Amino acid sequence: MKISYYPGCTLKNNAKNFEDSTLCSLKHLGVEIEELPRWNCCGTVFSLATDDLIHHVAPIRNLIRVKESNSDRVMTLCAMCYNTLKRVNERVKADPESLEKINKFMYREKIDYAGDVKVLHLLELLKDEITFETIAEKAVNPLKNLKIASYYGCLLVRPKDIGLDDVENPTILENLMAALGAIPIDFPYKTECCAAYQTVDKPEIVADRTYHILSSAQSQGAEVVIVSCPLCAFNLDQRQKETVQKYPDFKNIPILYFTQVMAIALDCSEKNLRFDLHYVDPRPILKEKGLI
Amino acid sequence: MRINISRKKIKDNFVTKVEEISGQNLLACYQCGKCSAGCPAVSEMDILPNQIIRYAQLGLKDELLQAKSIWICASCFTCNARCPKGINIAEVIEALRQVLLRKREDHLKVKKLTSEEKGSVPPIAMISSMRKFTS
Repeated sequence: MKISYYPGCTLKNNAKNFEDSTLCSLKHLGVEIEELPRWNCCGTVFSLATDDLIHHVAPIRNLIRVKESNSDRVMTLCAMCYNTLKRVNERVKADPESLEKINKFMYREKIDYAGDVKVLHLLELLKDEITFETIAEKAVNPLKNLKIASYYGCLLVRPKDIGLDDVENPTILENLMAALGAIPIDFPYKTECCAAYQTVDKPEIVADRTYHILSSAQSQGAEVVIVSCPLCAFNLDQRQKETVQKYPDFKNIPILYFTQVMAIALDCSEKNLRFDLHYVDPRPILKEKGLI
Repeated sequence: MRINISRKKIKDNFVTKVEEISGQNLLACYQCGKCSAGCPAVSEMDILPNQIIRYAQLGLKDELLQAKSIWICASCFTCNARCPKGINIAEVIEALRQVLLRKREDHLKVKKLTSEEKGSVPPIAMISSMRKFTS
């Protein structure tokens, strides 16, 4: 079961904790993945303008790299990469004319893209192929008594035909957390936008969203919040600094990638968790629960 | 706020351009307001998502292109997921941004960002912001 792995830009720096914890978890689960050679940035967002084909070139190039490595499946961790690669793939499959134009534009590529790569998110692989039952069996260090709220954000679930779960009430992360032995916490803001890239020049908007999203999770009893997108992670974790300044009643809460808590349950060592990259240190609560 | 409606504005090629770039049929909207009810960004907006569609139907080009709202929307697609008429509101807002960006009127002034501002955010934030807010 060899699968191509597309990391994307942020997994190699700010979100190294996401990548390292995933690689360790998959090793423990016996899944072999191979990083794509010469991958390039996917563009991070799918171009919504009907006449804009040039921004579909970068994601398609990555899909060509998948074919070149004798694979027909590519897995991503980042929700934005997943959304962009999958949407572009569906776009060109439904519109052979634009695919032909894009292929002609990339005339120096050795092969044309034929729309025959499947784009997967790690969560789909865990649920459908490895199965949560197997993961539960292999969770030698179950996340006992840890109350985890799962935050999906936008691009893992929307648009409807691209998302990997129910568009309004996804539960895949809660089910995974339950399999890992944690107590999943439901909260109404789990698919509310964190304001995404507004963080560059309007961090005050992100502080507002972070306040509402995390306060809602806390009011339901959450002790940590898990995410699957490096931009959500940055906004919900690093922007807690601005959030406290704006809302003095706000109390910090650790933000983790779902793969970090999975890695803890699968008994990966702490060096794979890269807690040094966090703004709010998750170690105190994890130590209190006897998990690290 | 006084707004002048005219046949000339409705028939202006601005309406056609927005429909073409977005791929949406603006007249399908019957103003139920569900998009604005679910939008997480309305508190920052000057023209609400349902009003954007109404303004676009009426060809109110100046009002729309000067609106703060089109730069507040982060394409979270909540409106699209809930529209009972299947209109992709986020695509309409993208088309409005594109009308300006295609005239090289960048919204994000990258040169004005300090190196600390640029360095403090992850690549994913910088790239997506530039993709959405620069030409």
